[in-house]
Amino acid sequence: MTVTALLFASYAEALGSDRVELACAESATVGEVVAQLRALPGGAALPPSPLVAVNLTYARADQRVASGDEIAIIPPVAGG
Amino acid sequence: MSIRTAIVRRPIDVGALLAEVQDRGTGATLAFLGRVREVNDGRAVTGIEYSAYGDMAERELAAIAGECAREFGIAHLVVEHRLGTLGLGEASIAIVVAHGHRAAAYEASRFVIEEVKRRLPVWKREGYVDGSSEWVNANGTPEQQQTQTAAREHQT
Repeated sequence: MTVTALLFASYAEALGSDRVELACAESATVGEVVAQLRALPGGAALPPSPLVAVNLTYARADQRVASGDEIAIIPPVAGG
Repeated sequence: MSIRTAIVRRPIDVGALLAEVQDRGTGATLAFLGRVREVNDGRAVTGIEYSAYGDMAERELAAIAGECAREFGIAHLVVEHRLGTLGLGEASIAIVVAHGHRAAAYEASRFVIEEVKRRLPVWKREGYVDGSSEWVNANGTPEQQQTQTAAREHQT
């Protein structure tokens, strides 16, 4: 199945893109998607357990992902 | 009661926000502005570029305001967070609270800004007078790192 990973700020710069389509296993978890991203060129800039949101809601690393999910890797926030 | 939150790409008009919460039933109206500071960590700043995960930022900001309303019983609350390039002194966030009494108004305002700092998916790239620029808080605050560590330990 395919999921869409969204990257922001320093993470987008490190990977050279703000959006990556990933093919992953049917039973893939958030943590496994992160591991796939970390294996890409520049992906080492991502920490092993970054904050992640699935379809706009913060998610845990063991949460399963589904085809078409929007998986956002959230760098440390700096709003306000 | 009225609550409005927005992620905007234009200057924040605090006067308009104050007018929005005008209510003879409220004895305390408080406006907090977060503004671009000219020196950060000893470096002279020229401006800040704010970016966000737009859809989620709108949703989180609305959630924070809803929690604030429930917790502090505020009468009116308006929060705007601005994105884009901001110059020195420009407001990146405005929190306007109207409440019957001042104590709760101060607490409510503080609650909103602390939650924004903790969880709103917004990032800033600070520009300096020497022409360089850097992501602010790229490695996370000690508290944010702790949260990540706790999440990781939970998995193993």
